[in-house]
Parts: sequence; C-alpha cells; structure tokens
Amino acid sequence: MENRGIVIIGAGPAGLAAAIRLDELGVRDILILERENSGGGILRQCIHDGFGLERYGESISGPEYASRLLEEIGKRGIECRTGSSVIDIGRDRVLTVASARGTEIIKAGAIIAAAGCRERSRGAIMIPGERPAGVYTAGTAQAYMNLYNRMPGRKAVILGSGDIGLIMARRLTLEGAEVSAVFELQDHPNGLERNIVQCLDDYSIPLYLNHTVTEIHGKERIEGVTVSEVDSITHKPKAGTEKYYPCDTLILSVGLIPDNTILERAGVIIDPVTGGASVDEHYMTSVPGIFSAGNMLHVHDLADYASAEAEAAAENAALYIEGKLDTGGNIRVAAANGVSHVVPMRVSGNGPFTVSLRACRRERNRKVEIRQGEKVLGWHFFPLVIPSQMITVHSDAASGSEDIEVSII
Amino acid sequence: MKRYTCIVCPKSCEIEVSWSSAGDLEVNGNGCQRGREWITNEIRDPKRTIASSVIVEGGEREIVSVRLSSPIPRAMIFPVMDEIRKASVSAPVTAGDVIIENVLSTGADVIATSSVLAKED
Repeated sequence: MENRGIVIIGAGPAGLAAAIRLDELGVRDILILERENSGGGILRQCIHDGFGLERYGESISGPEYASRLLEEIGKRGIECRTGSSVIDIGRDRVLTVASARGTEIIKAGAIIAAAGCRERSRGAIMIPGERPAGVYTAGTAQAYMNLYNRMPGRKAVILGSGDIGLIMARRLTLEGAEVSAVFELQDHPNGLERNIVQCLDDYSIPLYLNHTVTEIHGKERIEGVTVSEVDSITHKPKAGTEKYYPCDTLILSVGLIPDNTILERAGVIIDPVTGGASVDEHYMTSVPGIFSAGNMLHVHDLADYASAEAEAAAENAALYIEGKLDTGGNIRVAAANGVSHVVPMRVSGNGPFTVSLRACRRERNRKVEIRQGEKVLGWHFFPLVIPSQMITVHSDAASGSEDIEVSII
Repeated sequence: MKRYTCIVCPKSCEIEVSWSSAGDLEVNGNGCQRGREWITNEIRDPKRTIASSVIVEGGEREIVSVRLSSPIPRAMIFPVMDEIRKASVSAPVTAGDVIIENVLSTGADVIATSSVLAKED
C-alpha cells in the first residue's frame, strides 16, 4: 500500500486548480488521479471561448484553459496519474485504483473529490417512441465534433436549453447543419442568457419554452420528433398541440448531475437536491478528511468558479492534514423561500462563510437573505435573479445550534 | 428604449439603451466599462468570435481546435467559416500557432487552441 498526503480525484478545472493551490501552500505530497488518458477534463472538448475571464482576466477556449493549468502542474512537478480510475474508497481514506498497471491501493491523508458531473440521458427523462440511432446527449455530440471530427447529423432538433445544447446549436450551424429549434420544458431557459444571445438569436434559431419532445420517430435512424406544448406548472403535454419536426439528429441538453457513486461507497452523505456531497463551509463531506468541490459537488455555470471553489477546498484540506481544521459545531443551512439549493448544507459556527445558491424562479429586484432565527447574518440585493445563474452571498459567523435559512425575498 | 443582454462575460447584464432628446446615447444596467464598450459597438456593428476546427495532416489527431484572435463583424461569420473549412495544416501544431493570418482582411487571425503532435510511423 502506498501512503500519500493529499489525493485529488479528477484532473479537470477543479482538481488541477486544487493541486496548484496545495503546492502554493507548501503541501508537497500531492497525487492527482485521472481516469482519462489525458488531463483537462471536459475542457478538452469545449473549444468555444469565454473561459478564463475570472481566473486569467481574458477570454480563452477550454483547451487553452486546460493547458494553462496542466503546464502549471508540470512546472511544479505535481504527479498526475492518468488512465487511473478510483473504483472504491474504503475506511480511513484507502482508495482502490484500477489502471493498466493493475489494481493499486493508496492511503490518503486527505481526499479532494473533484470528478465532475455527468449528463442526464434519454433514459433519465423517459421519452417514449422508437430507439433509433441519431439521439445524442449534447456532450457526446460535442466530443464527436470537437475531438473526433465526426458530424452527428445534418438536420437537428435540440431538447433542453442547457449551455452545452446552446453551444452545440451554434457549432452545428457553423459547420453547415440545420438546427430547427430548441425546446425547453421549463418556462425559463436553463443556460446562460449570453448563450441564448450569441448561440441562438445570432443564428435565428427559435427557442420554445414550455415545450417537449413527446415522441421519437424512425426505425434505424431517427426521422423526426413530435413536439408538444406543456402546461407551465404540471409540465403535462397539452392535447392537440402536437407538431412534427423532421430531423436526423436529436440532441439532449436536459441537465447535468454530479456523479457521486464513489463517495456514496465511502459512506458520504449525499444531498438529494444537488446530487453532490453534503458539505460544511470547508467543503468537507460527512466523512472527515474527504472534501469535494467543482461540478462533483454541485453544477457550476463556469469552469472558473469550479476552479475557485476547489482552491478553497484545497486550503481546508491542507489545514486538515496539519490537524488545524476546526470543524466545530454542526448548524444546518437550509434552502427556504425561492431558493432551490444551497452549498454548504451545514456550517461549524467558527467564522464567516460564503453561501452558493440557485433561485427557483426568474424574479426582479430581490434580496437574498441569510438568517438564523431573528438574526440576519448576511444579505445582498440583486436587480434580477435567474435560475441558470448561481448566486453567492457572504455571511457572518453563525452561533448556537439553530438552523440557518437562506431565502429570496 | 431597447434592452440587450451583454455577452462580454457570463454575468449577462441586462443593458438598457436609449437616446436623450439631444440625441445622446444613454446606457444603463451595464456592470462594468467593458459592457459599455460592448453595447456601443453592438448597436452599430455587432462583432463575434467563433471557434471551429481545422484538418491536421500527419497528426496523431485528425483535427486541431481553433478560434479567432479577435471578434469579427457578424456578417463575416459564414464567409470566415468557409475559409476555416478549406484550411489544413501539417503536424506538429502548437497551441497559439497562426493557422490563417488576417482572415478575409478582418484583422483577426485564426489561431490553434490546442497542440497536435506528429504521428509516429
């Protein structure tokens, strides 16, 4: 068995940023485990620009953002083991890792889990109809085009308005395919507003809210889809609103979900709303010494934010292995009025903290308030809150044991 | 008054534009100076950057990702895409390499955003 200081799972924007921060803090025994054969994570296939505005102060593409991180890792001599899948985390932070070398057992002083998220697939949203070829998740279509130079099809319909779906609407159009429309079940788009403008509006691709695909047609290859309008509250298709759209490609961009099977095996408590670990303000999970950050914790809008969160987790993991992390009490932080979820889900009460949250609805002139009983710990005013944009609000330290509520009022 | 969504950064500020009775441009809602510059351009001559890929000959991968070094007028997007589609490059390619200089005299270069090594025989 190999003994290591801090083991980071995942070499994407979160994991790599965490490793660099640890090295800056003087932690010398760092090991990154990456299941793919090269580092960079999802950034490798995100060739559009808009990355790095926060971290580097300029707009660069995903591959460039990844290579800046990887160069830094190389310069600092941080070990990154690619082609290495963590298949189990047992007691006392003992990892079982599968690779071409066989199975390795590694004991970690602390673990930072930053393995990203997965796309919700067709199965997860249960579209009735045939099972023909030509139905892809947006990320799969993106990999075909940007990594392997393969066109998914020539005439596409996109279901769901997540950012990757919007980016792919533009990418397909630029490469000569026709994108008939984007359909979104909700009454608001899922992706960033700027992507609606520069990926759909610029190319006159219509976005239909409160619409969904109710049937897929075609035997070998998809030939078309039936689309129906849905009730804005129940999301049930409205009879008589069906419309047929011929297509050879259906792209699904219906949400991202953190994949935490590996942390569940380690006994980490998972938050039912985010799908990620339940963490405190130090990004430590319910299992001491196991931290989580980035899209594995909750889905972020930007790689830059995932990197920043992982750096914060790294700072706490560094304190932990020194025995200096004061985990303190266990005060619950709950999403209240108008808030769909919050991170962290609990705080120690030892100091100020930052809450990340998402709104349930698009609303104007709202205040986000962090309250413990009668005491307001923090608040911030927003001219507009949108579910697709994560909100962060700073809070003073909590005290006692009463629940903290985060609400939009 | 006209409303725009700023695309400079993911904050997606809603910018309101109107003209005073004296004919001066009034801008509200932008969170930063870059947003003001963007909207001043956007109402006259909207510009965008695009990303695509270019065929690599003799590389360990078929394509290399590319982007424009600076935004181009929206009307030039498809003509520039035609140039990108026609282009090819020999491996090795290094991120930052200029693939097409000053494409269609737009002032923007098409640059590689990743590296592709030459294929070993």
